[in-house]
Amino acid sequence: MAPVLIIFYVLAAITLASAFLTIYSRNPIHSAIYLVICMVSIMGHYLLFNAQFLALVQLIVYAGAIMVLFLFTIMLMNLNKEDEVHKPRITRLGAITVLVLLSTVLLLLFRHSKPFFGDYAPIEGDFQSIKKLGTVLLDNKDGFMVPFEFTSVLLLVAMIGAVLLSKKEKQTK
Amino acid sequence: MDNSLVLLLLLTPFVGFLFNVFLGKKAGKGISGALGTLAVVVSFAMSVYFFMQLNASGKPIAIKLLDWIQIGNLKVDFGILLDQLSLLWLLFVTGIGSLIHLYSISYMHDDENMHKFFAYLNLFVFFMITLVVGSNLLVMFIGWEGVGLCSYLLIGFWHKNQEYNDAAKKAFIMNRIGDLGFLIGIFILASLFSTLNFVEMKQALSAGNTNTALYSIAALCLFIGATGKSAQLPLYTWLPDAMAGPTPVSALIHAATMVTAGIFMITRMNFLFDVTPEVQNIIAIVGAITALVAASIGLFQNDIKKVLAYSTVSQLGLMFLALGLGAYNVAVFHVITHAFFKACLFLGSGSVIHALHGEQDMRKMGGLRKAMPITFATMLISTLAIAGIFPFAGFWSKDEILMVAFEHNKGLWIMGSIASIMTAFYMFRLMYLTFFRDFRGTEEQKHHLHESPSLITWPLIILAALATFGGLINLPGSNWLNHFLEPILARKHEEHALGSQEYMLMGIALTGAIIGIGWAYSKYIKEGFVPKQDSEIVGFSKTIYHKYYVDEFYMSLILKPLNALSNFFRTTLEPALGNIVYGLGTVANGLGNQGKKVQTGSIGLYLFAFVIGVLALVSYLFLGQ
Amino acid sequence: MDNILNQIGIENYIFLSILLFCIGVFGVLYRRNAIIVFMSIEIMLNAVNLLFVAFSTYHQDPKGQVFVFFSMTVAAAEVAVGLAILVSVFRNIGSVDISNLKNLKG
Repeated sequence: MAPVLIIFYVLAAITLASAFLTIYSRNPIHSAIYLVICMVSIMGHYLLFNAQFLALVQLIVYAGAIMVLFLFTIMLMNLNKEDEVHKPRITRLGAITVLVLLSTVLLLLFRHSKPFFGDYAPIEGDFQSIKKLGTVLLDNKDGFMVPFEFTSVLLLVAMIGAVLLSKKEKQTK
Repeated sequence: MDNSLVLLLLLTPFVGFLFNVFLGKKAGKGISGALGTLAVVVSFAMSVYFFMQLNASGKPIAIKLLDWIQIGNLKVDFGILLDQLSLLWLLFVTGIGSLIHLYSISYMHDDENMHKFFAYLNLFVFFMITLVVGSNLLVMFIGWEGVGLCSYLLIGFWHKNQEYNDAAKKAFIMNRIGDLGFLIGIFILASLFSTLNFVEMKQALSAGNTNTALYSIAALCLFIGATGKSAQLPLYTWLPDAMAGPTPVSALIHAATMVTAGIFMITRMNFLFDVTPEVQNIIAIVGAITALVAASIGLFQNDIKKVLAYSTVSQLGLMFLALGLGAYNVAVFHVITHAFFKACLFLGSGSVIHALHGEQDMRKMGGLRKAMPITFATMLISTLAIAGIFPFAGFWSKDEILMVAFEHNKGLWIMGSIASIMTAFYMFRLMYLTFFRDFRGTEEQKHHLHESPSLITWPLIILAALATFGGLINLPGSNWLNHFLEPILARKHEEHALGSQEYMLMGIALTGAIIGIGWAYSKYIKEGFVPKQDSEIVGFSKTIYHKYYVDEFYMSLILKPLNALSNFFRTTLEPALGNIVYGLGTVANGLGNQGKKVQTGSIGLYLFAFVIGVLALVSYLFLGQ
Repeated sequence: MDNILNQIGIENYIFLSILLFCIGVFGVLYRRNAIIVFMSIEIMLNAVNLLFVAFSTYHQDPKGQVFVFFSMTVAAAEVAVGLAILVSVFRNIGSVDISNLKNLKG
């Protein structure tokens, strides 16, 4: 068995386990920690693909910024205890049924669509380095220059929205 | 050149209307009236110019202003046709219109809405010109509807009085019935000829291809339209009520011009009526009966304007009698002379009413001869004219109608003659009650009796002169009018040789008129008879006084069943339909209320539903095949 | 290092993504704490991103990665706004339990 394959299996196991623990643990703080582990393991997958830029962004945005936001929110709400009430059986049963159903359908879908894959014929060439990605992203002829600029507007709007939403409402009377 | 002059002729009154509507109040009464009058005078001048031109050249002027409607093979232009007939009409419409505008300046001077009055009058003249000069039936119909609208506006001019409003509505609705007939006639003709142009229709008809049944229906429909506008049986009842309007309106619209539109239209379409003799018979009979019935009602009326109104209906009946006998030129002749003396009579009665501060009941008049000499003299001339006394205008035209009737059908001749005798009687009854013996009004009114100002008397004098000499245009022997109208009539009119029979008929008519006058003289001058109060009238004369109860008859025959039907719809059908509709609404409401329960607000449940839905979609789209 | 898919195989990544996505869905359905639901949504997003990158490599086309980049930006914005909403909900209701959020009831 190739070493890469072993790395993949280990990473995949970590990813799935931490994802599962994220939704399973009762304490939101624990969930957040497990989610960080999940994100980092996904970064590992990106590195396996040699997608360096995305790996870095994954680390910075998800494992860094987003998780910090989550943790702050949890602490702000003082939710770091296991205060979730016992769920009714029907919810659990339903959730598990849907999980099984969904997995079945998606796997079936995958099997169904397999014939379309054809044989994999790798081509040599640079298509995933930061340099290449930068060219594709910022080339102003057939690149994604304009959408890229617009993401900044999106972020600005999101920021304003977040500020407005979490501002304490003034008592109008 | 001609184009722009025609537009000047057509649009000047409209400009006057716009001016009076938007600026009239600001401009003040004097300017409003003067400009309103000027607009019509300009039209009159143009009419005279075109008349001269036509008289010299003999060629009608046809102008296509613009393409209007083109559906399938039906093509209608917005065109103008100035031929002998329309120019004759234009001359007396704008001519008498100018005089009446002039008269109104003085007559309406005390009214606060004078600018509105002139706006309506100008609009009326505009629509009347449109009606007359239209080169096809649809343009004529625009004018036809427009004059109806103006008639409605002017009858209800003093809209603070509910009775006047009702009279206006009655006139409008009665006219609608006729207009429906007219429209159906237009539709039939459009489908038959694929054109509505008079000249083209005439050519198509003379080319043969006769579908007589449809022609008859179309002609009958057109005649129904004419009965509405020209106040013939059975649609005449609106005209006496229309006297609610100001007197100049009665003179212009309800005596001289608008009510002759029906005659104009039938004369225009003479080529159609010539091929439908059965419709012509109906027209003649309806005309004769109308003349007789209206004249008999006129015998017992006490309102000075009502007498004139019934006299108008009766005279229009005589004109229709002539039309029905195919003597279009005779009808046109009578239209013209009638316009002169009837406008004069109405304006004279307006002068009387003006002097008496709105009093219209002849029982409260009398002895006005000395106070109002000019009014008296002009009205006497016109009365002699309408009674058919030699040599005034009415004698010639009425005599020709009776002569034609005598040639065709003795029965119609007798009816027409009786109507003429009655006319002579009630017109002189009017004169005697109004101008002779002693004044029967209040002392205060007597004190204020005065001759009207010159703006009122001059139009009277001019019209009286026309009523005297109007007969000259078609004297037996010269027959200028007959020759003038020849080009537009499909059938040649046979000349009357002045034989002994004709002289005898003239003599009979004259004798009849004198008998009527003498009868009135003996009753109202010698015996000093004054009509009784309303409650004292009994017997048959009561029936006539109440106009044969025609209004009441219409009320019970048409209005009551219609009301009952409406009531049935309102109380039974509408609630039933409403219940069905409301029932549907209730069912939907109930369903919604039940369905509302599904919306529990539980996000968890929504998420389940959402995921299952996505699953179903994915399985259907990708696994189903 | 090149042609990693030769050694691992695209199928493995598809399986991994499917499982990850299902875990996310399960989390959304199973948990009632809105923050955990939010985290589950992030997991689902990541599962899809992973698949994008896998196929980007498979087709040797950097555009897949560009797409992931944009999707990450949107996710960041979404998290910021979503958490702000949660904070404001918590401030008004005193809880982020979705079974308490019943204002959608018709």
